[in-house]
Amino acid sequence: MNMRNSTKSEDQALLKEQEFFSSKLERRSFLRFAGAGAAGIALVAAGCKKDKLEAGVNLGSGDIGILNYAYALEQLEAAFYIQVATSFYTGATQAEKDLLIDVRDHEIAHREFFKNALGSNAIGGLEVNFSSINFTDRTSVLGTAKAFEDLGVSAYNGAGFLIKDAGYLTIAGKIVSVEARHAALIRDLISNGSFANSEVIDAMGMEKSRMPIEVLGIASAFIKTKINANDLPTS
Amino acid sequence: MNILNILDEIEKVDGEVYERLNPRRKAMKDFFNFGTKVAAAAVPLALGSMFKAAYGQTTATVEQVLQYALTLEYLESEFYIKAVATAGLIPAGAALGAITTIRDHESQHVTFFRSAITSLGKTPVSKPTFDFTAGNGSGTGPFSKVFTDYDTFLAVSQVFEDTGVRAFKGQAPNLLRQGAVLTAALNVHSVEARHASHIRQMRKARGANVKPWITGKDNGIGLAAVQASYDGEELDTQAGVKITGINGQAITFNAATEAFDEPLTMAQVLAIVDPFIV
Repeated sequence: MNMRNSTKSEDQALLKEQEFFSSKLERRSFLRFAGAGAAGIALVAAGCKKDKLEAGVNLGSGDIGILNYAYALEQLEAAFYIQVATSFYTGATQAEKDLLIDVRDHEIAHREFFKNALGSNAIGGLEVNFSSINFTDRTSVLGTAKAFEDLGVSAYNGAGFLIKDAGYLTIAGKIVSVEARHAALIRDLISNGSFANSEVIDAMGMEKSRMPIEVLGIASAFIKTKINANDLPTS
Repeated sequence: MNILNILDEIEKVDGEVYERLNPRRKAMKDFFNFGTKVAAAAVPLALGSMFKAAYGQTTATVEQVLQYALTLEYLESEFYIKAVATAGLIPAGAALGAITTIRDHESQHVTFFRSAITSLGKTPVSKPTFDFTAGNGSGTGPFSKVFTDYDTFLAVSQVFEDTGVRAFKGQAPNLLRQGAVLTAALNVHSVEARHASHIRQMRKARGANVKPWITGKDNGIGLAAVQASYDGEELDTQAGVKITGINGQAITFNAATEAFDEPLTMAQVLAIVDPFIV
C-alpha cells in the first residue's frame, strides 16, 4: 500500500515535475514566441511605415539606382516585344516581323545585360500590365512601341547627367542610340518620314530628355509592380 | 542668337543652373529680364563668364568637345544643304522631305553649338571648306558622284550619320557630370541616331542590304574607304558581360552587336572626316 501510495505519490511528484517542466517549457516557448512576436510587430510597424512613405520595389541610390531604373525600363520593353513576337498583329509583313524580332532581341540583350551588371543589386522581375494593348491590332502595337521607344530615349537622355561613373555613362550612350534607331523605325512603320518629327525633336534640333520621376509616371500605366524611385539621384 | 533658349533648355535638365550661376535666383531672373529688354547681343559675354565660374576648371575640355561637335555639324549641315539644293539628286516627295528634315536639324545643331561656345566666352571655329567626294580638295575622291548619283549620296549620308552617333558617344565621358552640356550633347546624339536609322531604311528601300541598326562591323556599302566608321562595332562584350547567348537567351552574335552602338575617339573621327576637309 505504502509502496503503492508512495509509488503513487512518486508518480504524482513525477507528474507534477513533468507539469512543471512542461509549463516551464511552455512559458519559455511563450516568452520566445512573445519575443519573436514583439520583433514581428516592430517589423510590421516598420513595414507599414515603409508602405506609406515609400512603397514598392526600391531602385536604390546612386549609379546602382540609375542602372536599376534602366533595368526596369528594359524589362518593360522586352516583355512587350516578346508578346508582340509571340503572336504578331494581323497583317504583319515578313519585313515587319523580322525587324520586330530584332528589336525584341535587342531589348532582351539590354535587360539581361543590366541584370548581370547589377548582380545582387538588381531589382527583381517586374509584373507588367498590357491590358490596354490589343496585340492583334497593328495600330495598337506600333502605337505602344512608339510610345515605349520615344520614352526610352528621353529617359536615357535625361538620366545621363545623373551618372557618376564614366563607364556606365558610355554604356547608357551605347544603348540609347539603339533605342533611337528603334524609335525612328517604329515611327516610319506608322508613318514614313515621322522618324524625327516635331513631336520628339524641338526647334533646336534636340530630342527630349525626361527625368526618372516623369518617365516612371508614364511607364506606371504598364507596370503593375510599384516602383519606388525615392532614392534616385536628382542632380 | 539662342542664348535665352539655351538657358531655358539648361534649366529643364539642370534645375539648379540658376543657383550654379548665381545663388540669388531672383537676381538672375532680373538679370535676364534686363538682358532681353536691353540687348540680347550683350548677354553672351556676361553669360560666358558666369558659365566659367559655375563649371570651373573643366571649361577647356567642354570647349574642345563643343568645337569638335560644331565641326562635325558643319560637315553634315553643308552636306545636306548642298544635296537639297542640287536639282534632280533627291526624288521629290518622301525622300526630299526626309532629307530636308535632316538638313534642318543639322543647321539647328550648328546654331546651337555656336551659341554654346559663345556663351563660354569662346569663339566658335570657322566652317572648314569641304570636299564631299572625300578627295581632300581634289573633288575626285571615292565619292565623286556624291551629288550626281542618289545611291552614292545616301551611302555617304549613312556614313556621316553612323559616324556622328559614334563621335558624340565617344565624348560623353568628357562631359561626365557636366549637367546641361552633357544633356544637350545626348539630346543631339539621339537625333543623329534617328537620322541614321531613317537613312538606312531609305537605302534598304533602294535594295541595299542594311537594317536600321549596325550589324557586326558591316558597313553595308561595300567600300573599304568607309570601313573605319564601322570597325569596333562588332563588340559583343559590354562592361565584362558577354551578350551573345547571355543567361541562356537566344541572343545571336549579330543581335548582340546590334543592341549596342560603339563609341569612336576624337582622333578616330578626325581621321575619318579628314578626306572630306580641305
